[in-house]
Amino acid sequence: MTDMRDEPLVLGIETSCDETGVGVVRGTTLLADAIASSVDEHARFGGVVPEVASRAHLEAMVPTIDRALKEAGVSARDLDGIAVTAGPGLAGALLVGVSAAKAYAYALGKPLYGVNHLASHICVDQLEHGPLPEPTMALLVSGGHSSLLLSTDITSDVRPMGATIDDAAGEAFDKIARVLNLGFPGGPVIDRYAREGDPRAIAFPRGLTGPRDPAYDFSFSGLKTAVARWIEAKRAAGEEVPVRDVSASFQEAVVDVLTRKAVRACKDQGVDHLMIGGGVAANSRLRALAQERCEAAGIRLRVPRPKLCTDNGAMVAALGAEMVSRGRAASDWDLSADSSLPVTDPHVPGGGPTHDHTHAHEAGKENLYT
Amino acid sequence: MLLLALDTATPAVTVALHDGSDVVASSSQVDARRHGELLLPAVDRVLAEAGLTLGAVTGVVVGVGPGPYTGLRVGLMTADTFGLALGVPVHGLCTLDGLAYAADVPGPFVVATDARRKEVYWARYADSRTRLTEPAVDRPADIADEVRGLPAVGAGALLYPDTFPKVHEPEHVSAAALARLAAERLAAGEELPAPRPLYLRRPDAQVPKNYKVVTPK
Ligand SMILES: [Zn+2]
Repeated sequence: MTDMRDEPLVLGIETSCDETGVGVVRGTTLLADAIASSVDEHARFGGVVPEVASRAHLEAMVPTIDRALKEAGVSARDLDGIAVTAGPGLAGALLVGVSAAKAYAYALGKPLYGVNHLASHICVDQLEHGPLPEPTMALLVSGGHSSLLLSTDITSDVRPMGATIDDAAGEAFDKIARVLNLGFPGGPVIDRYAREGDPRAIAFPRGLTGPRDPAYDFSFSGLKTAVARWIEAKRAAGEEVPVRDVSASFQEAVVDVLTRKAVRACKDQGVDHLMIGGGVAANSRLRALAQERCEAAGIRLRVPRPKLCTDNGAMVAALGAEMVSRGRAASDWDLSADSSLPVTDPHVPGGGPTHDHTHAHEAGKENLYT
Repeated sequence: MLLLALDTATPAVTVALHDGSDVVASSSQVDARRHGELLLPAVDRVLAEAGLTLGAVTGVVVGVGPGPYTGLRVGLMTADTFGLALGVPVHGLCTLDGLAYAADVPGPFVVATDARRKEVYWARYADSRTRLTEPAVDRPADIADEVRGLPAVGAGALLYPDTFPKVHEPEHVSAAALARLAAERLAAGEELPAPRPLYLRRPDAQVPKNYKVVTPK
């Protein structure tokens, strides 16, 4: 065990969606995980409204940084670096976090690390289960992303194995919750109803699981439509919709495909570890089925506690600390928010070629219903 | 005293340092799409030009708009965070007031900046230091009666010559003007407003329509 004081002390800022997250870590040790969420302000819209999220980030940032430092019991002067989500995510929301991180790092005279949101979701597991095995297979599932990633070094090598070709898994949960009039966000409430329902009551389709379909890609759009049609048919016939059975059967269809493909990817690639992250990793059935299937396949499953699975600042700090540990180049002061930062870029080092594609669009996670 | 002033509420990304007697260094770039990238390097450049470091700054002044939201927040977030890290006060000034302060117009006039969507952010002034109306966002044609006969200042006025036929300099706000205005008011013992954004519009967000049926009727 190395002396903990030798490990880098890093503050991380996350604003890619509706959570203002500020975390502090020392190496792979979590010291603080402060969050301010605007989720309640989005509920009546049925999805995250980018401008509402951005306004809330601006309001929440300084108090959340303060809270994180207090919680960690450290002084800003002692930090070894400031990390921030540079992308992907909502352009305007990302820009608030990037502006804060740049100003903070500059004012304190600390190096700045613009890091990738998806790589952060993987790296956060170091805070829970210690250093990531190399390689690690990662299944990331949330309202904004559903991907299978293989990483041999989280600071430099993240390879996309597969991703959703339409909706993210979390989006499907939100939409079905909406059809069932269960409110937003849909994940937790469907999980709750599903516990009292029969997952085999209705045979909903498993997208992209045919023999000629891409082995690691996902599709949840067909499932979403099938569930909606089934519900409407019930309503049209004047029958009561069995919310518990629909929830359980829908949820089963999602987690069946996710875990089946993740385990298959591990086997195909000879990887004996699977980590699951992202908001949907909080789903109790996903955790249970993944555990069952990993055990059967001799794969070690690593899933962080739910609070570290949803978007937070600690995951950004965790990846920032790894960047410092491995001597990766810091970002420049002209670091920009990149709403479509490729997953293959774990961070945005300075001095590289400037890329000039437009940052104006808000890719991926727009309000689902406008 | 050393004031750092910045404004990103309009297409201009502008930074200035004021030492209590005058502006000692400044930078202005006009690029509506790269506020996030340009601001910090501009701060760094201005400090270097003055031979100072950020640690010497005793107060921050930021333009609070009105302005298009994404760019506006870059300046506000930067100013807030500087205030936190340095432990110095952060003041807000209306961006239109900065334009008015730099305007070389003898009598009453109007300031207008581009609000996009065929609208302007605007206010009326009795003179460079005296605003008569709250900042507002409107279609130029809808305010024609209120601004008739008045000279106008700002890029918003240049866009709508039917409403604003007589346009004076400057076209863009400068942090130098904001810094001078702030220094003048602080010297007079005035308290400057808190750095809170003037969005003037509610967020674009439609409450989703009732769930759409996917099966054909
Ligand atoms: Zn996420």
